[in-house]
Amino acid sequence: MSSDVAIRCEGLSKRYRIGQQERYKALRDVLTDAAAAPFRRLRSAISNSNGNGNSQFEIHNSKSATIWALDDVSFEITQGEVVGVIGRNGAGKSTLLKILSRITKPTKGSAEIHGRVGSLLEVGTGFHPELTGRENIYLNGAILGMRKAEIDLKFDEIVAFAEVEKFIDTPVKRYSSGMHVRLAFAVAAHMETEILLVDEVLAVGDAQFQKKCLGKIGDVARRGRTVLFVSHDMSAVQLLCSHAIRLGSGRIVGHGPAREQVEDYLKVVKNISLIERNQPLKLGPNSQLNSFEIYPNPTISGAPLRFLMELESSVPMRINELAVLIHDSLGRRISILDLRSADGCHRTDGLGSMSFEVEVASFPMVEGEYYLSLWVDSDDVIAEFRDLLSLTVIDDAERREIVTYPPHARGSVELDYRVRV
Amino acid sequence: MPEDALPVFFIKPEQGLTSLGLRELWEYRELLYFFVWRDIKVRYKQTVLGAAWAIIQPVFMMVVFSLFFGRLARVPSDGIPYPIFVYCALLPWQLFAHALSESSNSLVTNERLITKVYFPRLLVPLSSVLGGLVDFAIAFVILLLMMAWYGIRPTWAIAALPGFTLLAMASALGVGLWLSALNVRYRDVRYTIGFLIQFWLLATPVAYPSSLIPGRWQALYGLNPMAGVVEGFRWALLGKSEPPGALLAVSGVAVILILIGGLYYFRRMEAEFADVV
Repeated sequence: MSSDVAIRCEGLSKRYRIGQQERYKALRDVLTDAAAAPFRRLRSAISNSNGNGNSQFEIHNSKSATIWALDDVSFEITQGEVVGVIGRNGAGKSTLLKILSRITKPTKGSAEIHGRVGSLLEVGTGFHPELTGRENIYLNGAILGMRKAEIDLKFDEIVAFAEVEKFIDTPVKRYSSGMHVRLAFAVAAHMETEILLVDEVLAVGDAQFQKKCLGKIGDVARRGRTVLFVSHDMSAVQLLCSHAIRLGSGRIVGHGPAREQVEDYLKVVKNISLIERNQPLKLGPNSQLNSFEIYPNPTISGAPLRFLMELESSVPMRINELAVLIHDSLGRRISILDLRSADGCHRTDGLGSMSFEVEVASFPMVEGEYYLSLWVDSDDVIAEFRDLLSLTVIDDAERREIVTYPPHARGSVELDYRVRV
Repeated sequence: MPEDALPVFFIKPEQGLTSLGLRELWEYRELLYFFVWRDIKVRYKQTVLGAAWAIIQPVFMMVVFSLFFGRLARVPSDGIPYPIFVYCALLPWQLFAHALSESSNSLVTNERLITKVYFPRLLVPLSSVLGGLVDFAIAFVILLLMMAWYGIRPTWAIAALPGFTLLAMASALGVGLWLSALNVRYRDVRYTIGFLIQFWLLATPVAYPSSLIPGRWQALYGLNPMAGVVEGFRWALLGKSEPPGALLAVSGVAVILILIGGLYYFRRMEAEFADVV
């Protein structure tokens, strides 16, 4: 007679003040902010009259601005369902998980959760470098909500899964990053909660271990537990999840079979790409991406490509790392364009914009859709901005006289080759 | 497992006065233990002297105080040898000062945890207050040795010692709750703490006896809970003739008010810790 609902959300909303997103403040900042406000307004007025201002950016600058990170989200997940949550950066995926795992409270709406919740928003939360692997298993397990008796019981299994038997009494600061991640995931994977919330944890670790993690999550799902799985890895979502919830700007824009939702997501990425919106993308509190373009798009497989990118910051800052990440339609990374400079970091002067131009001699990918993301590590922000732009690659019809196999049979890379018989 | 045996959680916006959530705190007692255990385990890692630091600090302070206040300034000490007079006060003082500074910074130093995992936030300052008890116990052994050296025999009053220790920790927790919650929003607090502790030391009868304070100011003086604690320690251990009654009563009330206020303030701010820290 009891319903078999695991999670029910009704009108879940979360509002952030922009000031709140800029994290903590010193009293001094509050004072200087107040003093600087008139000048900032003056500056934005000037940039508006130059014709390159836009209303969205202005809202970000004004103090009273708020954004709804999550806006009236309602859904129901039945027990034993494995549901993917997909969407672009800032769509509200992480906020949703944070609310469901009770880290933060919603501003409006409510949720009802039937069962204990284990959340894995980050691998290795609470690991202490000075403690040994054994000690960290207990500490981390307790932090994730496991009882000591439960950890005792699972201890050997965790160690075996992580493949760190030999180093179990070594402080984890001596671990390689791979071992660190393996141990951390192993602890989390052995939580016996009815509901598991997972955020993008598979983005870490080597390929083999990622496969093992996916397998583990699949196991968890098969044992009838409910899983909510946030990921940019579309192939993982399709593989693991029966259903998916697609978020956009804090709202649910789709909810249904995973395959359909993934396809729709990829279509949407193409449609609202940056070029078409022709609008700067806020990177951090003081920096934005003015434009990001590829020529030509669509392109022919194997032809040269040119990337243009323009960044702007309102204060001088260092850009330590900058890279264009290229993923295929299933979210697998194909390649990156590393834009770091050999002589240290790039610096912006805080006055004008900074342009990057990248010439790619040849882009020999099999025909299909490719998605471009940006990785930025600057004074302002350290983040990956996913799927900003899509690139269509079409087949080089002239290449050979025979009819080609369908794209999925041809793998990823189109090699340049001649045949002699 | 029958489905209706599953616990149900409701997630709603924060509104009005919330309960203190003490029952939930009890459910998470194992995590409290692990936090305390972690802090103690990690504190003296990669130090040469290790736990000896727990003794070195109060002993050196005792030497310096005895030299300058006891010898040179000839500060009275209620007829007790000055070194043990001051060491006996330094014990609860160090416990308090350590607990206060650790708990005030605790939410900020555990930022990663707070933004990534749910648990009752109260555990964080609470565990940092408890973490000082081991140092306290180690330093206490020195006091026992000194008492033997000076031939001071403890009386039945020593039974009250756990009560005074608890009072010192409750004071630190009470103030620590306020400061840790404020620290999340305003990092100015971090810079205030060192200054606050120095100031508080002077306002506490560590280097001098509270009998220096004129009688009519005694009650006001008791508003500093550590005044009651320190005089309580001296009475319980060194057998000063009369218990510091009025002083202690005022201190006790002050602690209870600060602690309850701190608990409610902390709970009220708790909801936004993860968004602001």
